[in-house]
Amino acid sequence: MAEKLGRKAAEHVAELAKLSFTDAELDQFVPQLEATMHLFDDLQQMDTTGVTPMYSPTQEVSVMREDVAVASNQRDALLANAPETEQGLIKVPAIIDESED
Amino acid sequence: MNFETTIGLEVHVELKTNSKIYSPSPVNFGAAPNENTNVIDWGYPGVLPSLNKGVVKAGIMAGLALHAEITKQMHFDRKNYFYPDNPKAYQITQSETPIAHDGWVEIEVNGKKKKIGIAEMHIEEDAGKNTHTGQYSYVDLNRQGTPLIEIVSKPDIASPEEAVAYLEALRQRIQFTGISDVKMEEGSMRVDTNISVRPFGSDKFGTKTEMKNINSFNYVRNALEFEEKRHQAVILSGGTIVQETRRYDEATKGTISMRSKEGSDDYRYFPEPDLPPLEVSDEWIDEIRQAMPQMPGERREHYVNDLGLTDYDAMVLTQTKEMADFFEAAVATGADAKRIANYLMNDVNSYLNDEHVDLQDTKLTPDHLAGMVKLIDNGTISSKMAKKVFAGIIDGEEPAAFAKAHGLVQMSDPAELKPIIDGVLDNNEQSIIDFKNGKDRAIGFLVGQIMKQTRGKANPKVVNQILMQALNER
Amino acid sequence: MAFYDTDVTQLHDDLVNKRVSATELTQAAFARIKATDDQVKAFLALNEEAALKQAAALDQAGIAPDQMLAGIPLAVKDNIVTKGLTTTAASKMLADFKPVYDATVVDKLHQAGVINVGKTNLDEFAMGSSTENSAFQTTKNPWDLTRVPGGSSGGSAAAVAAGDVLGAVGTDTGGSIRQPASFTGVVGMKPTYGRVSRWGVIAFGSSFDQVGWLSQSVKDNAYMLEAIAGLDAKDMTSSHLAVPHYAANLAQADVKGLKIAVPKEYLGEGIDEDVKEVIKAALAHYESLGAQIDEVSMPHTKYGIPAYYILASSEASSNLQRFDGIRYGFRAADVKNLEDVYVKTRSEGFGPEVKRRIMLGTFSLSAGSYDAYFAKAAKVRRLIADDFNQVLADHDVIMGPTAVSTAFKVGAEITDPTKMYLNDLLTVSVNMAGLPGMSIPAGFSKANGMPVGLQIIGKAFDEQTVYDAGYVFEQTTDFHKQTPQLGGQN
Repeated sequence: MAEKLGRKAAEHVAELAKLSFTDAELDQFVPQLEATMHLFDDLQQMDTTGVTPMYSPTQEVSVMREDVAVASNQRDALLANAPETEQGLIKVPAIIDESED
Repeated sequence: MNFETTIGLEVHVELKTNSKIYSPSPVNFGAAPNENTNVIDWGYPGVLPSLNKGVVKAGIMAGLALHAEITKQMHFDRKNYFYPDNPKAYQITQSETPIAHDGWVEIEVNGKKKKIGIAEMHIEEDAGKNTHTGQYSYVDLNRQGTPLIEIVSKPDIASPEEAVAYLEALRQRIQFTGISDVKMEEGSMRVDTNISVRPFGSDKFGTKTEMKNINSFNYVRNALEFEEKRHQAVILSGGTIVQETRRYDEATKGTISMRSKEGSDDYRYFPEPDLPPLEVSDEWIDEIRQAMPQMPGERREHYVNDLGLTDYDAMVLTQTKEMADFFEAAVATGADAKRIANYLMNDVNSYLNDEHVDLQDTKLTPDHLAGMVKLIDNGTISSKMAKKVFAGIIDGEEPAAFAKAHGLVQMSDPAELKPIIDGVLDNNEQSIIDFKNGKDRAIGFLVGQIMKQTRGKANPKVVNQILMQALNER
Repeated sequence: MAFYDTDVTQLHDDLVNKRVSATELTQAAFARIKATDDQVKAFLALNEEAALKQAAALDQAGIAPDQMLAGIPLAVKDNIVTKGLTTTAASKMLADFKPVYDATVVDKLHQAGVINVGKTNLDEFAMGSSTENSAFQTTKNPWDLTRVPGGSSGGSAAAVAAGDVLGAVGTDTGGSIRQPASFTGVVGMKPTYGRVSRWGVIAFGSSFDQVGWLSQSVKDNAYMLEAIAGLDAKDMTSSHLAVPHYAANLAQADVKGLKIAVPKEYLGEGIDEDVKEVIKAALAHYESLGAQIDEVSMPHTKYGIPAYYILASSEASSNLQRFDGIRYGFRAADVKNLEDVYVKTRSEGFGPEVKRRIMLGTFSLSAGSYDAYFAKAAKVRRLIADDFNQVLADHDVIMGPTAVSTAFKVGAEITDPTKMYLNDLLTVSVNMAGLPGMSIPAGFSKANGMPVGLQIIGKAFDEQTVYDAGYVFEQTTDFHKQTPQLGGQN
């Protein structure tokens, strides 16, 4: 599994994460990430057959809130923090890709 | 070449809870933009989701209504993607452990009954709304966090007709649980379809095409019919179907390829660490099952077997839970079931159609409708008068009081009618002679005269009785 | 006046009996901060006006004997949201962000009458072990200004060590309270996962993050935790278990017969000799007090670092996606379309370490990598938790060093992220298992004179035994009484 991340894969991951790097940044980042991933390779040698994954140490189970509505009355404060708004709506430069509603 | 069609449907149903699935913001429509939002809905730094028990309960109800297995141990998952109407850039949904799985609904197409399997059902959050105009998009987060149930069918649907029948059955059963309005035109029911076609007998499924957010049953039928034919034509001509998302175009009744996205989606699902695992006890499921409203099928059987309605009547009365509940409440007062059914199917339904309203939006009550039917049955009002009384009760008037106030009461008292009838006979000697000579139509003439004298209020049944007696006495 | 040679008990008594006013204490705190912070750079924001107003109101109302923390100036790490006070997480992304609500912890501090003097520096979004990853300033270690205070709660640790305050709130995802406590010679407790509400704590690794305190003494820490712990309806992972009276219970603290497990891996490869020496002496001290020391093995210890960096970075990559320039915070200038808003905002708004973690996490969750990375690490997490459970089944606590070394020099490791990650060897596993862990001052390195922390790890929700063990050590040693010679004005 000790494969290297490589520049191309790093660029793909950056795309998923909505990050962009200059060539100079990639020159620095890719080896750094590869060094860390080298640590990760230790795990691949471990036998984890039959082990149940642990996603959280929480001991709580089935915590739910009653279905009661509470108005926040925070609309104005929330809109005030947005970089751009118009008539109570959050404004953002357009989506070029129109494939989603 | 003969073809086999395979259709899968994903249906999103919006739940009408008081609050959102992971935040206490109100769920209602028509609020000012971003009015029904709080820091959770905006995905503020430091906020955490809190799970609404009402949504879990509704999910279990939907599962039971669709004969599904309820998952006893589940967790939530994050589906990661960036979009302006998706504030956290992840949706909290269920991917590994759906709330219910392996259900079915029964459909009937061309007299043939068939079970359509349901693979799984998830509870999840809706996104906000994005409006695009020119260079900008505008985001309203009121809808963000509205609870949804996603119902995924098994690939058991073999034709567009079956698809529509499945949606009807699904809509009806969900509607009867009371957890959603399930109205496609209002977006509380949304349908994604996928369809593939293969030569009959082929052991490999054909390539799928998808269509998202189709917003009426008719469009679903048209879109699938178009796709079915298009797939067949492509295969016949030796071409290959491209796996893609297409859009139904209402104007041409055809489907159009949508620009495919670069690369494939990678949602990077993983278990939601902010919500503890959810365990559903058998006790809770039983409690919910006991309190579930009866489903349409059971109600139809009752109407036909116990109340003497026809299959057709029973079907019409179980179109919505409100109509069925109304019918049952009216019958429970002791009114005649058949007559109540007729009024609901005719006068009431035409009123609802004409006014474009739902039964629950009118002021009509089961008591008032039953009361009116009883007034007809005991002769207080005539069927003709009932038309006028109906106009009153649909506006919330009490039928007896309304009839009285508007003079819509029949004269049924013999002591009152006798002098009038005697007077008419006295003035029409010739008719008496005609009657004695066996000319029955003389009776018609005399009744007409009596009605004229009473301005139509005389109870015809009582008039007939007294008239015959009086004629025989002369 | 520096907040040395005093404690919560003393100040509370003085306040109740009006020997000192909350206003005087608050003024003293700000005077001390102003005297030290040019060098130490522990604070990102000061809350002077509101703090003095609050102090005056408390003085007016008087402080009741049961309000232990009322009128006492304390500080809060800047990744915990405070309404009306900037909260930046030390990121350009939130430089001008105005929180519209208070974290539950902050709410509880208000209710307790605590005076919040300001917000302390951290590694950006709590990602780091040196506080060098702050977008705004590098905090210095008060014991040696050329060294780091550790991280990510380096600002909180340095503020306490500098005598600015008796305690400061920190957060700990993989050691971010304990390691800086060790580096700066103060007490740092990371409670059990779920003990303190995370509502209002800017998420890094949601299944790891916990809030706790850095303080000058164990008893103070116990008072402070009691004030912020407990069930919160807004955090569904917060525990329903009742909160003990930790500080009052210390009166019965005893280590006679205490069963202490010392994993051989905690004193093995990768740990500096000067650190081992101090820890061995501390363990010998416990033995002399009647505790029983058993050497045990926790074979999965070395897998803690990779499993932690996969899981915590994965959660972080998802948690940090909300910083997109649309609803709040930084938006890059000159954006023409939505993709620009996302990519430019995030590329300009996040610092290099945050980007590295986002990259590691996004990769670990991506199609084709999930099973080999995220799922694998989650299984290893189970094995590590099982190691702890087995050892703690027949031991009261586990002890060892908090950090592999003493505080390193500013700039020494920042260019080698992987080396930096290895600092967390002894702390990350505790977060993986969600257990309580505390670092207490255990002595000083013979190599460089810097403080060394002893880590005490307890059973889930058994903070009391951890406090008890730390308290007895503190009562029978004087390491915690030693203070740095900051500018020679103590």
